Amino acid sequence: MAPAQIEASGTATSEAANYLTEGYTLTSWLTTHDHKRIALLYLVSITAFFFIGGAAATLIRLELATPQGDLVSHDTYNKLFTAHGVIMVWMFLIPSIPSALGNFLMPMMIGARDLAFPRLNLVSWYIYVLGGLFTLMALVLGGVDTGWTFYTPFSTMFSNTHVILVLVGVFILGFSSILTGLNFIVTVHTMRAPGMGWFRLPLFVWANYATSIILVLATPVLAMTLLLIALERLFGVGIFDPALGGDPVLFQHLFWFYSHPAVYIMVLPAMGVVSEIVPCFARKRVFGYRFMAYAILGIAVIGFMVWGHHMFVSSQSIYAGLVFSLLSFLVAIPSAIKVFNWTATLYKGSITFAAPMLYALGFIGLFTVGGLTGLFLASLAIDVHLSDTYFVVSHFHYIMVGGAVMAYLGGIHFWWPKISGRLYPEMWGRIAALIIFIGFNLTFFPQYLLGYAGMPRRYHTYPPEFQLLNVLSSAGASILAVGYLLPLAYLGWSLFYGKRAGANPWQATGLEWQTASPPPKENFLQTPLVTADAYAYDPQTGTQVPQ
Amino acid sequence: MTTQARRIAPQFGSAAQQDEAATLGLWIFLATELLFFGPLFFGYLYGRTHFPAAFAIASRHTDVVLGTLNTAILLTSSLAMAIAVAAREAAENGSAARADEDRDDNARRDMPEDSAATRVAMAALAGTAGLGMAFLAVKGIEYAHEWQAHLFPGAGFAMTGPQGHGVQYLFFLYFAMTALHAVHLAIGIAAVAALAIALYRKKVRFASARHIRLAGLYWHFVDVVWIFLYPILYLVGRSGA
Repeated sequence: MAPAQIEASGTATSEAANYLTEGYTLTSWLTTHDHKRIALLYLVSITAFFFIGGAAATLIRLELATPQGDLVSHDTYNKLFTAHGVIMVWMFLIPSIPSALGNFLMPMMIGARDLAFPRLNLVSWYIYVLGGLFTLMALVLGGVDTGWTFYTPFSTMFSNTHVILVLVGVFILGFSSILTGLNFIVTVHTMRAPGMGWFRLPLFVWANYATSIILVLATPVLAMTLLLIALERLFGVGIFDPALGGDPVLFQHLFWFYSHPAVYIMVLPAMGVVSEIVPCFARKRVFGYRFMAYAILGIAVIGFMVWGHHMFVSSQSIYAGLVFSLLSFLVAIPSAIKVFNWTATLYKGSITFAAPMLYALGFIGLFTVGGLTGLFLASLAIDVHLSDTYFVVSHFHYIMVGGAVMAYLGGIHFWWPKISGRLYPEMWGRIAALIIFIGFNLTFFPQYLLGYAGMPRRYHTYPPEFQLLNVLSSAGASILAVGYLLPLAYLGWSLFYGKRAGANPWQATGLEWQTASPPPKENFLQTPLVTADAYAYDPQTGTQVPQ
Repeated sequence: MTTQARRIAPQFGSAAQQDEAATLGLWIFLATELLFFGPLFFGYLYGRTHFPAAFAIASRHTDVVLGTLNTAILLTSSLAMAIAVAAREAAENGSAARADEDRDDNARRDMPEDSAATRVAMAALAGTAGLGMAFLAVKGIEYAHEWQAHLFPGAGFAMTGPQGHGVQYLFFLYFAMTALHAVHLAIGIAAVAALAIALYRKKVRFASARHIRLAGLYWHFVDVVWIFLYPILYLVGRSGA
């Protein structure tokens, strides 16, 4: 189809029926099989959990503003960081980009009418909400003090908090992940529009496809491991207690077999988002498309073989440590390929600094810092010094908050016109992106210094000489909080007062931009025929060839 | 040309696409299932390498006669399942060919259940479910014996001494793995029985060849898991001195 025709049909239908006008009742939302509506259900629920998890982080940073434990008791503090971790990992980060943006975009990007299993998709949201509310109740009404890692023997024998309830909640949440992953894999394999070959797929699709493979292969291992903890705690039988012939390190192996790949569940979709935004706002074809796709798969595969770097100081054999250290260095290679290729995409591009682009650039910088400090931790000798210090805390927050959350927000801004049919206020978008970037660095950079100086994680008091850096960090957190609340306000405002977006406000190439905003229920009025590769932008003229 | 009288879900363009999606979906589900068993197999690997002597003792306390009987029962059930799939596919193809001749969509719905192939499929499904239940019954007898012999892990475990921990560790895995397997088998029995009853009641659309094929895929997976459980739990160390 020629672009002109698409524009015409796009404007014609944007006033007419679309997925938002299909039904206005609560029932029409809660019983929908439309992937776009389910995506919005996810968006609302993960946003709620994000701010609850953020509230826990706020209390943590308030407590750490002074060296003494003067705001909360040590027990409460333990419950706070556990709640923060559990909520942010399983109820926000894991589902964030795949279940919200992915759900909305995956079928549209490949030119399909829906996911392969729409009912399963809705079931997966219900499982998520059930697991999420169950976990939240257990965390808020009872509390758990094990940390999100549930290490044995503390979780099985010593903790007197509501461990089992939270285990059950996380167990339930896992099935939501598995079903979403299964749905995505089948959809990408069987639902691509005519002409949409594998190497014409947008990198966002590749990233979510690789993520889905991790979801279906790693999550069941966590599920069984949590079940084994519950059995051991309830009946005193199991494979982790040395008195029964077991080994606590066995738990750590099984836990990290899921939880390290889980990091890639969080960051691969983020990379997918950045790979959509950067070419669009540099008006340039993504550099080394095939390398980018293979790097995604490489990260997914190698990411399964690095879990032992969490156990360098846990009595793991030194030879295993050497191998895991080497493999952890290897996973840096495909990650670096991606960073270099984004940078090369920018080179001689025609760049505009719209809000999504600011988030994407922020991602590239912060992910690079987080990735490079990961190499410190992958080095056997340095890790002995840095293990369980704030250096680790800062490292993974650079990946998960500086990386995944930045990209998530970038994606929300980028596709907001498609989702809502309205433009967000651009100036506010840029201001929020800058506030978040500054607030984030002020919060977490001091934590590298604290960790390097030896401040351990998970304590609610610390020696007075660490106060200055902690105060800086807490001050940064308050700026960060403002940055996160701003989009909530202006995106909400734009729903009612924002300018109409039109089908393709960014002049982007993906199939999702070739239908109306908001899209009709069946996404495309006729099945698209894909005739071009992804990202056919021309930096000289600023024009593009739609897929 | 497929002319099955069945609704294609709106997100699909063709019946072939829908079939492909359903089959791939089930394979991915099975991959998830395999990894769900994963920690138990990994725990086994740990135990086997750390206390091989205890594992040799422990496996001699499992009931190899009943275990072997169950292996035979389950393998036979998989044969019955395979026959059911083949027979149902033959019945559907036959009816599709006949319906093509008279071009009557409604007539097709009543056709397959009269054919001999459909009766074979029904009998084979019933046989599959029956053999599955026989397996569970034998397993129950085994569990009862072991419970009486104090081989269930926890306080009062039969064996103490230097190898006691290792033996108990294996028996924990024995119970965990076989129970998880039995739960999966019970779900399989329910699915296969539902399909058999549907065929009996001539609900051929529910008991379509596609659904029976998917149930078969699951059934064979549960069978294959047992093929691994049987040697690692019952046979290990029996041949040694």
